[in-house]
Amino acid sequence: MTYIAKPKLHHPSLVKNKAGYTRRDYEGAVSTLCAGCGHDSISAAIIQACYELDILPHQVAKLSGIGCSSKAPTYFVGASHGFNTVHGRMPSVMTGANLANKDLIYMGVSGDGDSASIGLGQFAHVMRRGVNMTYIVMNNGVYGLTKGQFSATADKGSISKKGVANSDESIDMVSLAILMGATFVGRSFSGDKHQLVPLIKAAMAHKGAAFLDVISPCVAFNNHAGSTKSYDYVREHNEALNRIDFIEGREEITASYEPGTVTTVQQHDGSLLRLRKLGEEYDPSDKIAAMQRVQEGLAAGEVVTGLLYLDAAPKDLHSNLNTVDVPLNRLKTADLCPGSATLDRINAGLR
Amino acid sequence: MPQAIAAVNDFVVKFANVNGSGSASANELFARSILRMGVPVSPRNIFPSNIQGLPTWYEVRVTEKGYLGRRGGVDMMVAMNPQTWGEDVREIEPGGYLFYDSTKPMPSSMFREDINVIGVPLTAVTNATYSDARQRQLFKNIIYVGALSVLLDIDPEEIKRLFGEQFKGKEKLLDSNVKALNLGRDWATQHLDVGAVKLKVRRADNVGKRIFVEGNNAAALGAVYGGATVCAWYPITPSSSLAEAFMAHCKRLRHDKATGKAKYAIVQAEDELASIGMVIGAAWNGARAFTSTSGPGISLMTEFIGLASFAEVPAVIVNVQRGGPSTGMPTRTQQSDLLSCAYASNGDTKHVLLFPEDPKECFDFTAEALDLADRLQTPVFVMTDLDIGMNHRLCHPFEWDDKRDLDRGKVMTAEELQAGKNFGRYLDVDGDGIPYRTYPGTHPTKGSYFTRGTTKDEYARYSEEGAVYVRNMERLQKKFMTAARIAPQPVRYSSPKATRHGVIYFGSTSPAMAEALDHLEEGGNHVNALRVRAFPFAQSVEDFIHEHDKVFIVEQNRDAQLRTMILSEFTLDARKLIPVLHYDGTPITARFIAADIAKKLAQLKVVPFEKAAS
Repeated sequence: MTYIAKPKLHHPSLVKNKAGYTRRDYEGAVSTLCAGCGHDSISAAIIQACYELDILPHQVAKLSGIGCSSKAPTYFVGASHGFNTVHGRMPSVMTGANLANKDLIYMGVSGDGDSASIGLGQFAHVMRRGVNMTYIVMNNGVYGLTKGQFSATADKGSISKKGVANSDESIDMVSLAILMGATFVGRSFSGDKHQLVPLIKAAMAHKGAAFLDVISPCVAFNNHAGSTKSYDYVREHNEALNRIDFIEGREEITASYEPGTVTTVQQHDGSLLRLRKLGEEYDPSDKIAAMQRVQEGLAAGEVVTGLLYLDAAPKDLHSNLNTVDVPLNRLKTADLCPGSATLDRINAGLR
Repeated sequence: MPQAIAAVNDFVVKFANVNGSGSASANELFARSILRMGVPVSPRNIFPSNIQGLPTWYEVRVTEKGYLGRRGGVDMMVAMNPQTWGEDVREIEPGGYLFYDSTKPMPSSMFREDINVIGVPLTAVTNATYSDARQRQLFKNIIYVGALSVLLDIDPEEIKRLFGEQFKGKEKLLDSNVKALNLGRDWATQHLDVGAVKLKVRRADNVGKRIFVEGNNAAALGAVYGGATVCAWYPITPSSSLAEAFMAHCKRLRHDKATGKAKYAIVQAEDELASIGMVIGAAWNGARAFTSTSGPGISLMTEFIGLASFAEVPAVIVNVQRGGPSTGMPTRTQQSDLLSCAYASNGDTKHVLLFPEDPKECFDFTAEALDLADRLQTPVFVMTDLDIGMNHRLCHPFEWDDKRDLDRGKVMTAEELQAGKNFGRYLDVDGDGIPYRTYPGTHPTKGSYFTRGTTKDEYARYSEEGAVYVRNMERLQKKFMTAARIAPQPVRYSSPKATRHGVIYFGSTSPAMAEALDHLEEGGNHVNALRVRAFPFAQSVEDFIHEHDKVFIVEQNRDAQLRTMILSEFTLDARKLIPVLHYDGTPITARFIAADIAKKLAQLKVVPFEKAAS
């Protein structure tokens, strides 16, 4: 991070994307997180993804709960509306926002305290409702704002900065998301932008509940020997199942990978995911196999990363509710109010 | 026979039944048939919190004068539940009537000497005709309605017409119900001394154009007319039927004709926290949204209500109050959530409350609440209760002005932003404390901001500076004062004679109060009355108190919550405000109000000892 305010003037030579924006246009305020915080790397990846996707910045709605991670939306896509809600309850606010206007791009940012402890219930339900969103948990296994308590994703046996061992089982957010019905589930590492950026892009193009668990070490309270969410630990134990390339549907497809190493998955909107297999043969469309692979990784002490599960043709909350194509917040009095003649008929039926 | 109560179009019949026996529709049929004869009725469900097998009561007040509150006392008890026999028999007024199933003869010790007993062998009559167990259970209820129609002179043609409407297209059901009705009528005609029963219904013309509807149904319709597109709710008695009615109304009225698609979204949330969260998210994003709940739901929503208030996001919450605290009395009525709603959440928070008196105002105020929430950018509570919400009440027909446009309040458009209009999310441009907002996605470069529950400056930037915080809190207070001006104003009723005594009341107490005022007047106790319809209170509430020496405040809670709020909002001598409190979970009665005020007035008139001696 930097404490120096960013200049408002852009250099005229900055490259613009198809929407006419430079990468700088997707940035937000200067981060106030600790220098070296993984969350800032994730914010940078979101900025990169939005820029590469050519989205209109003001079409993003970014919502968060409470905690270090939930401060992050301030630091990306500054031209969009943001909503810091209350602890653990961002999912319901995002659900409501999505109901009101299906046309915006919803980015939910949360932390492991926010989503795995107080907000576990809302996390589960937002996934099972199929809210069209990208939900990112910036997962560091620790409470940063209150200075170093374990969160519910801290591994059993891991050691806190004060030297205390965690005696509780940890909650694996990707397993939970798959189980709850998320239709796009991935995990990545804040220090691996080559994997993270295409994952975020693919999640944003996904027309359903997309979840990304991003291990994001806390440099202040959880980046020491004994922590299983430190930079060193994650780098040593990261097993990437796949690296994905994301290609929007409108682009020409050019495959440049060696035969037999690439799988292409088309999402509902026509965008393509090319999965480059690094590990063993892995099919992300098989929900049961995905669960098994994630659990095997957990048992082996591996952080399995990549696109873990994908339903390429999901149904979202609006399609389940069969709502009109016009966003509900644009309906006018004439669309909504049945008028006095109808009311007279209703009155007549109540005598 | 003891002396019998004689009354035409002015008596109370109470049915004591077993929950799950199918009596509810028969009892409602009884009430509606009287209504169809042009005689106002006011029925009330009285039921404990259980699923099946336990006692349930249905009390019908027949009232030609149109008094729709509970009167108190029972003139005829239809005692169909052996479990509650003792208390049911005790409740009958001296000279009243006990109607019971005499299939098994009862010893005279089971009756009272000062009441009239009417035995009909309902089980025997039913069993002689029907062999199927469920039919026996259901038709027994229709048979007693038949017998009662003979005793009370209810026109059987009205009952048959009601059957015709209920079973339109289902001729078999229609025929079998008419048959059961006639079974009861024939038995009563042949075996009972009809003239000995001196409670009678006579055709009148006192119903007019009025409608007969439950408050929850009315509030749901108000939400449709008020333009609500998002409803997020979680089931809780006695509010569940509100969301269910909204669903039913939307199915009929809110589907796009060409595509069949829904112009609304209803989500049954996982809990009350999520339901209010969804409402806030939807309203933040420019949709009209509401939730319905009851007291314990409000407790759960409190954190979010604070957020909506401080972040200035509209939200409409219909609170169908029940007996508290905690789980309290889930199926009984109270007005005991005033304080917990008015000041919900931590810190200095105050919220707008509306108090409808009947289903008509449930309709009006729910639609109005959606406007007010948008105009004020804050949560607005519609404070109904079980008594209005779940009981059919006779009220004026719903009205709607087709020229009325949904008032979305101060929303800055892309064009206005483009034209360079100064936008500060929390700037008080107009001096009424209400700032302008933008919906997400409005403009590519202007008008975006961060919404948060933490303190901020006029441009929505996080700021903990003391002066900035104080400025914001002062503006919120100013906005609250604006609410006092634009919310529904109090309604005043003046005594025909000049008086120094007043009474303040609100919400579902209204019909009992109207009757109590008549009783007080008849007894020579003159009082002026003021019905409060909203919090924050209008200035006229304080003026009314200043105009009187003593003001009674009638409430259905233990702690005189409205009185507390009045004392907290105005500078007053607390001794002027005399509480009149009823909170046993049953709706307040005219008898209770009139007696309590008369007693307290008598105490006020006592001449002090020293003064008398001098």
